[in-house]
Amino acid sequence: MGKKRYNTLQGYSFLTPALLVILVFTLVPIGYAFFMMFFKVDLLSGTRTFVGLGNFEKIFNDPKFWASFENTTKYVAVVVPIQTILAMILASFLNSKIKFNRTFLTIMFIPTLTSSSAMTLIFMWLFNNNGLVPNVIESVFGKNVQFLTNPDLALTVIMIMNIFSTIPHFMIVFLSGLQDIPWSLYEAAQIDGANKVKQFVHVTVPQLMPITFYVLTMGIVGTFQIFDQAFIISNGTGGPQNSTLTFSLYIYQLAFSSNDMGRATALAFMLGLIIFTVTFIVNKLLKADKVNG
Amino acid sequence: MDDNMKKNNRSLKIIVYTLLIAYSLLTLAPFVWSILTSFKTTAEIAGGSTFLPEAWSFRGYKTIFASQFPQWISNSLFVALLTMIFNIFFNTMAGYALARIDFKGRQLLFSLLLVLIMVPSQVTMIPLYIVISNLNLVDSQWSIIFTTMINIGYIFMMRQFFINFPRDVEEAAAMDGLSSFGTFIRIVLPNAKAAVATQGIFVFMGVWNEFMKPLLFISSPNKYMLTQGLNALSKSFKNSTQWDVIMAGSIISIIPIFIIYIILNKYFITENDQSAGVK
Repeated sequence: MGKKRYNTLQGYSFLTPALLVILVFTLVPIGYAFFMMFFKVDLLSGTRTFVGLGNFEKIFNDPKFWASFENTTKYVAVVVPIQTILAMILASFLNSKIKFNRTFLTIMFIPTLTSSSAMTLIFMWLFNNNGLVPNVIESVFGKNVQFLTNPDLALTVIMIMNIFSTIPHFMIVFLSGLQDIPWSLYEAAQIDGANKVKQFVHVTVPQLMPITFYVLTMGIVGTFQIFDQAFIISNGTGGPQNSTLTFSLYIYQLAFSSNDMGRATALAFMLGLIIFTVTFIVNKLLKADKVNG
Repeated sequence: MDDNMKKNNRSLKIIVYTLLIAYSLLTLAPFVWSILTSFKTTAEIAGGSTFLPEAWSFRGYKTIFASQFPQWISNSLFVALLTMIFNIFFNTMAGYALARIDFKGRQLLFSLLLVLIMVPSQVTMIPLYIVISNLNLVDSQWSIIFTTMINIGYIFMMRQFFINFPRDVEEAAAMDGLSSFGTFIRIVLPNAKAAVATQGIFVFMGVWNEFMKPLLFISSPNKYMLTQGLNALSKSFKNSTQWDVIMAGSIISIIPIFIIYIILNKYFITENDQSAGVK
Protein backbone atom coordinates (compact mmCIF):
# COMPACT_ATOMS: atom_id res chain seq x y z
CA MET A 1 0.00 0.00 0.00
CA GLY A 2 2.86 2.30 0.85
CA LYS A 3 4.27 1.70 -2.61
CA LYS A 4 1.04 2.86 -4.27
CA ARG A 5 0.89 6.06 -2.27
CA TYR A 6 4.56 6.70 -2.96
CA ASN A 7 3.90 6.24 -6.69
CA THR A 8 1.01 8.69 -6.65
CA LEU A 9 3.13 11.27 -4.88
CA GLN A 10 5.95 10.69 -7.33
CA GLY A 11 3.70 10.79 -10.39
CA TYR A 12 2.19 14.12 -9.46
CA SER A 13 5.51 15.67 -8.47
CA PHE A 14 6.87 14.83 -11.94
CA LEU A 15 3.75 16.36 -13.46
CA THR A 16 3.55 19.46 -11.25
CA PRO A 17 5.29 21.99 -13.55
CA ALA A 18 3.26 20.88 -16.58
CA LEU A 19 -0.04 20.81 -14.69
CA LEU A 20 0.58 24.22 -13.15
CA VAL A 21 1.23 25.83 -16.55
CA ILE A 22 -1.79 24.07 -18.08
CA LEU A 23 -4.01 25.21 -15.23
CA VAL A 24 -3.01 28.88 -15.31
CA PHE A 25 -2.50 29.41 -19.04
CA THR A 26 -4.94 26.94 -20.63
CA LEU A 27 -7.71 25.83 -18.25
CA VAL A 28 -8.34 29.22 -16.63
CA PRO A 29 -8.52 30.96 -20.06
CA ILE A 30 -10.88 28.27 -21.39
CA GLY A 31 -13.15 28.68 -18.37
CA TYR A 32 -12.96 32.43 -18.74
CA ALA A 33 -13.84 32.16 -22.44
CA PHE A 34 -17.09 30.32 -21.66
CA PHE A 35 -18.04 33.19 -19.40
CA MET A 36 -16.84 36.04 -21.62
CA MET A 37 -18.74 35.09 -24.75
CA PHE A 38 -22.05 35.96 -23.05
CA PHE A 39 -20.83 39.37 -21.89
CA LYS A 40 -19.94 42.71 -23.36
CA VAL A 41 -16.44 43.26 -22.00
CA ASP A 42 -14.70 46.60 -22.12
CA LEU A 43 -11.12 46.20 -21.00
CA LEU A 44 -10.41 49.94 -20.87
CA SER A 45 -13.20 50.86 -18.47
CA GLY A 46 -13.29 47.39 -16.87
CA THR A 47 -17.07 47.04 -17.27
CA ARG A 48 -18.88 43.78 -17.99
CA THR A 49 -22.51 43.60 -19.03
CA PHE A 50 -24.42 40.35 -19.55
CA VAL A 51 -25.79 40.23 -23.07
CA GLY A 52 -26.85 36.57 -23.34
CA LEU A 53 -26.62 35.44 -26.94
CA GLY A 54 -26.29 39.03 -28.11
CA ASN A 55 -22.68 38.55 -29.23
CA PHE A 56 -23.66 35.66 -31.49
CA GLU A 57 -26.60 37.61 -32.90
CA LYS A 58 -24.30 40.50 -33.76
CA ILE A 59 -21.84 38.12 -35.42
CA PHE A 60 -24.48 36.61 -37.70
CA ASN A 61 -25.69 40.04 -38.80
CA ASP A 62 -22.19 41.24 -39.56
CA PRO A 63 -21.07 41.37 -43.22
CA LYS A 64 -17.42 41.31 -42.12
CA PHE A 65 -18.04 37.99 -40.40
CA TRP A 66 -19.46 36.54 -43.62
CA ALA A 67 -16.49 37.89 -45.57
CA SER A 68 -14.06 36.23 -43.16
CA PHE A 69 -16.13 33.04 -43.24
CA GLU A 70 -16.02 32.93 -47.04
CA ASN A 71 -12.30 33.73 -47.23
CA THR A 72 -11.30 31.17 -44.63
CA THR A 73 -13.49 28.41 -46.09
CA LYS A 74 -12.18 29.06 -49.59
CA TYR A 75 -8.66 29.06 -48.21
CA VAL A 76 -9.05 25.68 -46.46
CA ALA A 77 -10.83 24.11 -49.44
CA VAL A 78 -8.03 25.07 -51.86
CA VAL A 79 -4.93 24.68 -49.68
CA VAL A 80 -5.60 21.39 -47.86
CA PRO A 81 -6.16 19.09 -50.88
CA ILE A 82 -3.31 20.60 -52.92
CA GLN A 83 -0.72 20.46 -50.15
CA THR A 84 -1.72 16.92 -49.15
CA ILE A 85 -1.54 15.53 -52.70
CA LEU A 86 1.74 17.28 -53.59
CA ALA A 87 3.36 16.26 -50.31
CA MET A 88 2.37 12.64 -50.92
CA ILE A 89 3.68 12.61 -54.49
CA LEU A 90 6.99 14.27 -53.58
CA ALA A 91 7.46 11.89 -50.66
CA SER A 92 6.96 8.86 -52.89
CA PHE A 93 9.49 10.30 -55.38
CA LEU A 94 12.02 10.68 -52.57
CA ASN A 95 11.29 7.15 -51.41
CA SER A 96 11.88 5.56 -54.84
CA LYS A 97 15.53 4.55 -54.33
CA ILE A 98 17.05 7.63 -55.90
CA LYS A 99 20.46 9.15 -55.29
CA PHE A 100 21.01 12.42 -53.40
CA ASN A 101 17.68 12.10 -51.61
CA ARG A 102 19.13 13.69 -48.48
CA THR A 103 20.28 16.70 -50.56
CA PHE A 104 16.82 17.06 -52.06
CA LEU A 105 15.29 16.75 -48.61
CA THR A 106 17.56 19.41 -47.11
CA ILE A 107 16.80 21.91 -49.87
CA MET A 108 13.07 21.25 -49.88
CA PHE A 109 12.85 21.67 -46.11
CA ILE A 110 14.03 25.32 -46.11
CA PRO A 111 10.52 26.88 -46.47
CA THR A 112 9.30 24.99 -43.40
CA LEU A 113 12.22 26.36 -41.35
CA THR A 114 11.50 29.93 -42.37
CA SER A 115 9.29 32.00 -40.07
CA SER A 116 5.91 33.05 -41.41
CA SER A 117 6.95 36.70 -41.15
CA ALA A 118 10.16 36.29 -43.20
CA MET A 119 8.31 34.08 -45.71
CA THR A 120 5.51 36.63 -46.07
CA LEU A 121 7.97 39.47 -46.65
CA ILE A 122 9.78 37.41 -49.29
CA PHE A 123 6.48 36.66 -51.04
CA MET A 124 5.41 40.30 -50.82
CA TRP A 125 8.66 41.22 -52.55
CA LEU A 126 8.08 38.57 -55.23
CA PHE A 127 4.44 39.51 -55.88
CA ASN A 128 4.42 43.29 -55.35
CA ASN A 129 3.57 45.41 -58.38
CA ASN A 130 7.24 45.85 -59.25
CA GLY A 131 8.19 42.32 -58.15
CA LEU A 132 9.62 39.35 -60.01
CA VAL A 133 6.37 37.46 -60.67
CA PRO A 134 4.36 40.36 -62.20
CA ASN A 135 7.45 41.36 -64.23
CA VAL A 136 7.91 37.85 -65.63
CA ILE A 137 4.19 37.58 -66.43
CA GLU A 138 4.33 40.93 -68.20
CA SER A 139 7.37 40.01 -70.30
CA VAL A 140 6.00 36.56 -71.25
CA PHE A 141 2.28 37.28 -71.71
CA GLY A 142 2.42 41.04 -72.18
CA LYS A 143 -0.20 41.40 -69.46
CA ASN A 144 0.05 43.62 -66.42
CA VAL A 145 -1.30 41.66 -63.45
CA GLN A 146 -1.43 43.11 -59.95
CA PHE A 147 -1.55 40.71 -57.06
CA LEU A 148 -1.36 42.28 -53.61
CA THR A 149 -3.55 45.29 -54.40
CA ASN A 150 -6.10 43.18 -56.25
CA PRO A 151 -9.01 41.84 -54.14
CA ASP A 152 -9.37 38.84 -56.48
CA LEU A 153 -5.75 37.71 -56.15
CA ALA A 154 -4.42 38.81 -52.73
CA LEU A 155 -5.76 35.71 -51.00
CA THR A 156 -4.33 33.53 -53.78
CA VAL A 157 -0.83 34.77 -52.94
CA ILE A 158 -1.34 33.69 -49.31
CA MET A 159 -2.62 30.31 -50.52
CA ILE A 160 0.45 29.75 -52.71
CA MET A 161 2.72 30.78 -49.85
CA ASN A 162 1.05 28.44 -47.38
CA ILE A 163 1.14 25.48 -49.77
CA PHE A 164 4.79 26.22 -50.48
CA SER A 165 5.84 26.33 -46.83
CA THR A 166 3.69 23.45 -45.52
CA ILE A 167 4.44 20.83 -48.19
CA PRO A 168 7.94 19.96 -46.84
CA HIS A 169 6.64 19.36 -43.34
CA PHE A 170 3.95 16.92 -44.46
CA MET A 171 6.32 15.40 -47.01
CA ILE A 172 8.53 14.20 -44.14
CA VAL A 173 5.51 12.78 -42.36
CA PHE A 174 4.51 10.85 -45.50
CA LEU A 175 8.10 9.72 -46.01
CA SER A 176 8.23 8.00 -42.63
CA GLY A 177 4.89 6.34 -43.43
CA LEU A 178 6.15 5.13 -46.82
CA GLN A 179 9.05 3.33 -45.18
CA ASP A 180 6.53 1.17 -43.30
CA ILE A 181 4.91 -0.25 -46.43
CA PRO A 182 6.18 -3.83 -46.92
CA TRP A 183 8.03 -4.44 -50.19
CA SER A 184 6.13 -7.67 -50.72
CA LEU A 185 3.01 -5.66 -51.60
CA TYR A 186 4.86 -3.95 -54.45
CA GLU A 187 6.36 -7.25 -55.62
CA ALA A 188 2.93 -8.83 -55.70
CA ALA A 189 1.58 -5.90 -57.70
CA GLN A 190 4.53 -6.19 -60.08
CA ILE A 191 3.79 -9.87 -60.70
CA ASP A 192 0.22 -8.88 -61.51
CA GLY A 193 1.72 -6.62 -64.18
CA ALA A 194 0.99 -3.29 -62.51
CA ASN A 195 3.28 -0.47 -63.64
CA LYS A 196 4.67 2.15 -61.22
CA VAL A 197 1.74 4.51 -61.62
CA LYS A 198 -0.75 1.70 -60.95
CA GLN A 199 1.33 0.58 -57.97
CA PHE A 200 1.14 4.11 -56.58
CA VAL A 201 -2.64 4.20 -56.95
CA HIS A 202 -3.38 0.66 -55.74
CA VAL A 203 -0.67 0.06 -53.14
CA THR A 204 0.83 3.34 -51.91
CA VAL A 205 -2.31 5.46 -51.59
CA PRO A 206 -4.42 2.89 -49.67
CA GLN A 207 -1.48 1.90 -47.43
CA LEU A 208 -0.84 5.54 -46.56
CA MET A 209 -4.46 6.17 -45.51
CA PRO A 210 -3.82 6.48 -41.73
CA ILE A 211 -0.99 8.96 -42.39
CA THR A 212 -3.14 10.83 -44.91
CA PHE A 213 -5.81 11.12 -42.24
CA TYR A 214 -3.29 12.65 -39.86
CA VAL A 215 -2.00 15.08 -42.53
CA LEU A 216 -5.55 16.11 -43.50
CA THR A 217 -6.50 16.71 -39.88
CA MET A 218 -3.42 18.76 -39.10
CA GLY A 219 -3.87 20.63 -42.39
CA ILE A 220 -7.50 21.50 -41.66
CA VAL A 221 -6.77 22.60 -38.10
CA GLY A 222 -3.78 24.70 -39.24
CA THR A 223 -5.38 26.38 -42.25
CA PHE A 224 -8.56 27.36 -40.39
CA GLN A 225 -6.34 29.29 -37.97
CA ILE A 226 -4.41 31.27 -40.63
CA PHE A 227 -3.38 34.59 -39.15
CA ASP A 228 0.28 35.70 -39.50
CA GLN A 229 0.41 35.90 -43.29
CA ALA A 230 -2.93 37.72 -43.61
CA PHE A 231 -1.95 40.14 -40.87
CA ILE A 232 1.42 41.02 -42.40
CA ILE A 233 0.25 41.25 -46.02
CA SER A 234 -2.69 43.54 -45.19
CA ASN A 235 -0.97 45.37 -42.34
CA GLY A 236 -3.68 44.07 -40.01
CA THR A 237 -6.61 45.44 -42.04
CA GLY A 238 -7.65 42.33 -43.98
CA GLY A 239 -7.68 44.41 -47.17
CA PRO A 240 -7.88 45.08 -50.05
CA GLN A 241 -11.70 45.14 -49.62
CA ASN A 242 -11.70 42.48 -46.86
CA SER A 243 -10.27 39.96 -49.33
CA THR A 244 -7.62 38.73 -46.86
CA LEU A 245 -9.79 39.02 -43.76
CA THR A 246 -9.60 35.59 -42.11
CA PHE A 247 -11.37 34.29 -39.01
CA SER A 248 -8.37 34.75 -36.76
CA LEU A 249 -7.57 38.19 -38.11
CA TYR A 250 -11.16 39.28 -37.51
CA ILE A 251 -11.04 37.90 -33.95
CA TYR A 252 -7.89 39.94 -33.39
CA GLN A 253 -9.49 43.09 -34.83
CA LEU A 254 -12.61 42.72 -32.68
CA ALA A 255 -10.58 42.22 -29.52
CA PHE A 256 -7.80 44.73 -29.95
CA SER A 257 -9.06 47.37 -32.41
CA SER A 258 -12.79 47.44 -31.62
CA ASN A 259 -12.16 46.61 -27.95
CA ASP A 260 -15.05 44.11 -27.98
CA MET A 261 -13.51 41.11 -26.24
CA GLY A 262 -16.83 39.37 -25.58
CA ARG A 263 -17.74 39.24 -29.25
CA ALA A 264 -14.19 38.22 -30.18
CA THR A 265 -14.35 35.30 -27.75
CA ALA A 266 -17.76 34.26 -29.10
CA LEU A 267 -16.29 34.23 -32.61
CA ALA A 268 -13.26 32.23 -31.41
CA PHE A 269 -15.63 29.71 -29.85
CA MET A 270 -17.43 29.38 -33.20
CA LEU A 271 -14.12 28.85 -34.97
CA GLY A 272 -13.27 26.07 -32.50
CA LEU A 273 -16.66 24.49 -33.14
CA ILE A 274 -16.24 24.70 -36.93
CA ILE A 275 -12.76 23.12 -36.79
CA PHE A 276 -14.05 20.36 -34.55
CA THR A 277 -17.05 19.64 -36.82
CA VAL A 278 -15.06 19.60 -40.07
CA THR A 279 -12.40 17.33 -38.54
CA PHE A 280 -15.14 15.03 -37.26
CA ILE A 281 -16.81 14.83 -40.69
CA VAL A 282 -13.52 14.09 -42.47
CA ASN A 283 -12.78 11.44 -39.84
CA LYS A 284 -16.18 9.80 -40.42
CA LEU A 285 -15.86 9.92 -44.21
CA LEU A 286 -12.47 8.21 -44.15
CA LYS A 287 -13.52 5.67 -41.52
CA ALA A 288 -16.57 4.79 -43.62
CA ASP A 289 -14.15 3.16 -46.07
CA LYS A 290 -12.69 1.14 -43.21
CA VAL A 291 -9.24 2.16 -44.36
CA ASN A 292 -8.39 3.89 -41.16
CA GLY A 293 -8.39 0.59 -39.27
CA MET B 1 8.57 -7.90 -71.81
CA ASP B 2 11.29 -7.69 -69.20
CA ASP B 3 13.27 -5.38 -71.48
CA ASN B 4 10.24 -3.26 -71.96
CA MET B 5 9.75 -2.91 -68.22
CA LYS B 6 13.37 -1.94 -67.68
CA LYS B 7 13.10 0.70 -70.36
CA ASN B 8 9.92 1.95 -68.74
CA ASN B 9 11.60 2.09 -65.37
CA ARG B 10 14.51 4.06 -66.73
CA SER B 11 12.32 6.68 -68.38
CA LEU B 12 10.29 6.86 -65.19
CA LYS B 13 13.49 7.50 -63.22
CA ILE B 14 14.37 10.35 -65.55
CA ILE B 15 10.94 11.88 -65.02
CA VAL B 16 11.27 11.53 -61.23
CA TYR B 17 14.71 13.16 -61.20
CA THR B 18 13.54 15.98 -63.47
CA LEU B 19 10.55 16.73 -61.28
CA LEU B 20 12.59 16.59 -58.07
CA ILE B 21 15.23 18.92 -59.48
CA ALA B 22 12.54 21.26 -60.80
CA TYR B 23 10.81 21.37 -57.41
CA SER B 24 14.12 21.95 -55.60
CA LEU B 25 14.89 24.86 -57.92
CA LEU B 26 11.40 26.24 -57.38
CA THR B 27 11.98 26.00 -53.62
CA LEU B 28 15.31 27.78 -53.83
CA ALA B 29 14.21 30.50 -56.27
CA PRO B 30 12.46 32.85 -53.79
CA PHE B 31 15.40 32.61 -51.39
CA VAL B 32 18.07 33.16 -54.05
CA TRP B 33 16.12 36.10 -55.43
CA SER B 34 15.82 37.59 -51.93
CA ILE B 35 19.54 37.16 -51.24
CA LEU B 36 20.39 38.85 -54.54
CA THR B 37 17.95 41.67 -53.75
CA SER B 38 19.56 42.23 -50.35
CA PHE B 39 22.83 43.13 -52.14
CA LYS B 40 21.31 45.53 -54.68
CA THR B 41 21.05 49.30 -54.47
CA THR B 42 17.56 50.79 -54.11
CA ALA B 43 17.87 52.41 -57.55
CA GLU B 44 18.56 49.01 -59.11
CA ILE B 45 15.64 47.45 -57.19
CA ALA B 46 13.29 50.18 -58.46
CA GLY B 47 14.52 49.54 -62.03
CA GLY B 48 13.69 45.89 -61.52
CA SER B 49 15.35 44.58 -64.68
CA THR B 50 18.63 43.04 -63.47
CA PHE B 51 19.20 39.54 -62.14
CA LEU B 52 22.62 39.82 -60.48
CA PRO B 53 23.45 43.01 -58.56
CA GLU B 54 25.33 45.44 -60.84
CA ALA B 55 27.39 46.78 -57.97
CA TRP B 56 27.27 44.74 -54.76
CA SER B 57 25.86 46.99 -52.06
CA PHE B 58 25.99 46.19 -48.36
CA ARG B 59 23.73 49.07 -47.40
CA GLY B 60 20.84 46.74 -46.51
CA TYR B 61 22.93 44.81 -43.99
CA LYS B 62 24.55 47.99 -42.61
CA THR B 63 21.12 49.55 -42.08
CA ILE B 64 19.89 46.39 -40.38
CA PHE B 65 22.77 46.24 -37.94
CA ALA B 66 22.54 49.96 -37.17
CA SER B 67 18.86 49.48 -36.19
CA GLN B 68 17.44 47.62 -33.19
CA PHE B 69 17.72 44.39 -35.16
CA PRO B 70 20.66 42.95 -33.11
CA GLN B 71 18.65 43.60 -29.95
CA TRP B 72 15.69 41.68 -31.41
CA ILE B 73 17.95 38.77 -32.35
CA SER B 74 19.24 38.56 -28.79
CA ASN B 75 15.68 38.84 -27.41
CA SER B 76 14.55 35.95 -29.59
CA LEU B 77 17.65 33.90 -28.72
CA PHE B 78 17.10 34.45 -24.99
CA VAL B 79 13.41 33.56 -25.07
CA ALA B 80 13.81 30.60 -27.45
CA LEU B 81 16.73 29.03 -25.55
CA LEU B 82 15.11 29.40 -22.13
CA THR B 83 11.77 28.08 -23.42
CA MET B 84 13.56 25.16 -25.04
CA ILE B 85 15.27 24.18 -21.77
CA PHE B 86 12.03 24.41 -19.79
CA ASN B 87 10.18 22.37 -22.40
CA ILE B 88 12.83 19.65 -22.49
CA PHE B 89 12.70 19.17 -18.70
CA PHE B 90 9.00 19.59 -18.05
CA ASN B 91 7.62 17.75 -21.10
CA THR B 92 10.02 14.86 -20.59
CA MET B 93 9.20 14.61 -16.87
CA ALA B 94 5.47 14.68 -17.59
CA GLY B 95 5.74 12.16 -20.44
CA TYR B 96 7.86 9.88 -18.27
CA ALA B 97 5.35 9.96 -15.41
CA LEU B 98 2.43 9.26 -17.76
CA ALA B 99 4.25 6.31 -19.32
CA ARG B 100 6.12 4.78 -16.39
CA ILE B 101 4.72 5.71 -13.00
CA ASP B 102 1.55 3.89 -12.03
CA PHE B 103 -0.36 6.53 -10.10
CA LYS B 104 -4.01 7.26 -9.31
CA GLY B 105 -5.87 9.25 -11.99
CA ARG B 106 -3.23 8.70 -14.66
CA GLN B 107 -5.64 7.57 -17.36
CA LEU B 108 -8.06 10.41 -16.65
CA LEU B 109 -5.27 12.98 -16.76
CA PHE B 110 -3.98 11.61 -20.04
CA SER B 111 -7.43 11.79 -21.66
CA LEU B 112 -7.82 15.37 -20.44
CA LEU B 113 -4.53 16.34 -22.07
CA LEU B 114 -5.63 14.76 -25.37
CA VAL B 115 -8.82 16.83 -25.32
CA LEU B 116 -6.86 20.01 -24.63
CA ILE B 117 -4.63 19.42 -27.69
CA MET B 118 -7.69 19.97 -29.87
CA VAL B 119 -8.63 23.41 -28.49
CA PRO B 120 -7.49 26.00 -31.06
CA SER B 121 -5.27 28.77 -29.69
CA GLN B 122 -7.78 31.46 -30.78
CA VAL B 123 -10.25 30.30 -28.14
CA THR B 124 -7.79 30.95 -25.34
CA MET B 125 -6.03 33.92 -26.98
CA ILE B 126 -8.17 36.73 -25.54
CA PRO B 127 -8.78 35.34 -22.03
CA LEU B 128 -5.06 34.48 -21.96
CA TYR B 129 -4.29 38.12 -22.66
CA ILE B 130 -6.45 39.07 -19.65
CA VAL B 131 -4.69 36.48 -17.45
CA ILE B 132 -1.33 37.85 -18.56
CA SER B 133 -2.38 41.42 -17.84
CA ASN B 134 -3.68 40.39 -14.39
CA LEU B 135 -0.29 38.84 -13.68
CA ASN B 136 1.33 42.12 -14.75
CA LEU B 137 3.25 40.35 -17.49
CA VAL B 138 2.15 42.49 -20.43
CA ASP B 139 5.18 43.86 -22.27
CA SER B 140 7.51 41.39 -20.56
CA GLN B 141 9.33 38.57 -22.34
CA TRP B 142 8.29 36.29 -19.47
CA SER B 143 4.74 36.36 -20.87
CA ILE B 144 5.99 34.35 -23.85
CA ILE B 145 8.29 32.10 -21.81
CA PHE B 146 5.64 31.20 -19.21
CA THR B 147 2.88 30.53 -21.72
CA THR B 148 5.05 28.30 -23.93
CA MET B 149 7.24 26.53 -21.38
CA ILE B 150 5.35 23.26 -21.74
CA ASN B 151 3.71 21.72 -24.79
CA ILE B 152 1.03 19.05 -24.57
CA GLY B 153 1.92 17.71 -28.02
CA TYR B 154 5.50 16.96 -26.94
CA ILE B 155 4.34 15.53 -23.58
CA PHE B 156 2.31 13.12 -25.69
CA MET B 157 5.35 12.39 -27.91
CA MET B 158 7.58 11.71 -24.89
CA ARG B 159 4.97 9.41 -23.37
CA GLN B 160 4.92 7.33 -26.55
CA PHE B 161 8.72 7.26 -26.49
CA PHE B 162 8.99 6.04 -22.87
CA ILE B 163 6.39 3.33 -23.36
CA ASN B 164 8.97 1.47 -25.50
CA PHE B 165 11.91 2.29 -23.21
CA PRO B 166 13.64 -0.75 -21.58
CA ARG B 167 12.63 -1.16 -17.94
CA ASP B 168 15.73 -2.93 -16.61
CA VAL B 169 17.90 0.22 -16.83
CA GLU B 170 15.71 2.03 -14.30
CA GLU B 171 15.47 -1.03 -12.08
CA ALA B 172 19.25 -1.31 -11.93
CA ALA B 173 19.49 2.37 -11.01
CA ALA B 174 16.91 1.95 -8.24
CA MET B 175 18.92 -0.98 -6.86
CA ASP B 176 21.96 1.27 -6.75
CA GLY B 177 19.98 3.52 -4.42
CA LEU B 178 19.36 6.42 -6.80
CA SER B 179 16.24 8.44 -5.97
CA SER B 180 13.57 8.56 -8.64
CA PHE B 181 14.51 12.10 -9.58
CA GLY B 182 18.17 11.08 -9.65
CA THR B 183 17.28 8.15 -11.90
CA PHE B 184 15.44 10.53 -14.18
CA ILE B 185 18.31 13.02 -14.49
CA ARG B 186 21.22 10.56 -14.66
CA ILE B 187 19.72 7.56 -16.43
CA VAL B 188 16.47 8.37 -18.23
CA LEU B 189 17.29 11.75 -19.78
CA PRO B 190 20.65 10.74 -21.33
CA ASN B 191 19.03 7.66 -22.85
CA ALA B 192 16.29 9.72 -24.46
CA LYS B 193 18.77 11.90 -26.39
CA ALA B 194 17.21 11.51 -29.85
CA ALA B 195 13.67 12.25 -28.71
CA VAL B 196 14.90 15.17 -26.61
CA ALA B 197 16.85 16.59 -29.58
CA THR B 198 13.80 16.34 -31.86
CA GLN B 199 11.66 18.06 -29.27
CA GLY B 200 14.33 20.71 -28.71
CA ILE B 201 14.60 21.67 -32.39
CA PHE B 202 10.87 21.98 -32.85
CA VAL B 203 10.37 24.01 -29.68
CA PHE B 204 13.20 26.38 -30.58
CA MET B 205 11.85 26.75 -34.11
CA GLY B 206 8.32 27.34 -32.83
CA VAL B 207 9.37 30.15 -30.48
CA TRP B 208 11.84 31.69 -32.94
CA ASN B 209 9.12 31.84 -35.60
CA GLU B 210 6.15 32.71 -33.34
CA PHE B 211 4.30 35.82 -34.46
CA MET B 212 0.93 36.11 -32.74
CA LYS B 213 1.98 35.95 -29.08
CA PRO B 214 4.65 38.69 -29.31
CA LEU B 215 2.15 40.80 -31.27
CA LEU B 216 -0.38 40.50 -28.43
CA PHE B 217 1.88 40.64 -25.41
CA ILE B 218 4.83 42.87 -26.27
CA SER B 219 4.64 46.52 -27.19
CA SER B 220 8.00 48.24 -26.49
CA PRO B 221 10.29 48.12 -29.55
CA ASN B 222 13.35 47.28 -27.44
CA LYS B 223 11.60 44.12 -26.19
CA TYR B 224 10.34 42.97 -29.62
CA MET B 225 10.91 39.42 -30.76
CA LEU B 226 12.63 39.07 -34.13
CA THR B 227 9.48 38.19 -36.14
CA GLN B 228 7.66 41.18 -34.73
CA GLY B 229 10.65 43.45 -35.32
CA LEU B 230 10.90 42.23 -38.90
CA ASN B 231 7.28 43.22 -39.47
CA ALA B 232 7.85 46.66 -37.91
CA LEU B 233 10.96 47.11 -40.00
CA SER B 234 9.13 46.21 -43.20
CA LYS B 235 6.41 48.74 -42.38
CA SER B 236 8.92 51.57 -42.13
CA PHE B 237 10.97 50.60 -45.20
CA LYS B 238 8.29 49.29 -47.58
CA ASN B 239 6.80 52.64 -48.53
CA SER B 240 10.19 53.90 -49.57
CA THR B 241 10.62 50.55 -51.41
CA GLN B 242 13.90 49.81 -49.66
CA TRP B 243 13.54 46.10 -50.25
CA ASP B 244 17.29 45.58 -49.83
CA VAL B 245 16.89 46.33 -46.11
CA ILE B 246 13.78 44.17 -45.70
CA MET B 247 15.34 41.23 -47.56
CA ALA B 248 18.60 41.52 -45.58
CA GLY B 249 16.56 41.28 -42.37
CA SER B 250 14.51 38.32 -43.63
CA ILE B 251 17.59 36.39 -44.76
CA ILE B 252 19.44 36.98 -41.49
CA SER B 253 16.41 35.82 -39.50
CA ILE B 254 16.53 32.43 -41.28
CA ILE B 255 20.27 31.78 -40.78
CA PRO B 256 20.33 30.66 -37.09
CA ILE B 257 17.53 28.16 -37.56
CA PHE B 258 19.11 26.88 -40.77
CA ILE B 259 22.45 26.27 -39.01
CA ILE B 260 20.76 24.33 -36.20
CA TYR B 261 18.86 22.32 -38.80
CA ILE B 262 22.02 21.43 -40.76
CA ILE B 263 23.77 20.28 -37.58
CA LEU B 264 20.86 18.28 -36.20
CA ASN B 265 18.99 17.18 -39.30
CA LYS B 266 20.70 13.79 -39.44
CA TYR B 267 19.60 13.27 -35.88
CA PHE B 268 15.96 13.93 -36.28
CA ILE B 269 15.49 12.31 -39.64
CA THR B 270 16.90 9.03 -38.32
CA GLU B 271 14.70 9.58 -35.29
CA ASN B 272 11.77 9.78 -37.67
CA ASP B 273 12.84 6.52 -39.30
CA GLN B 274 13.10 4.86 -35.90
CA SER B 275 9.68 5.90 -34.78
CA ALA B 276 8.35 4.66 -38.10
CA GLY B 277 10.02 1.30 -37.48
CA VAL B 278 8.59 0.90 -34.01
CA LYS B 279 4.91 1.30 -34.86
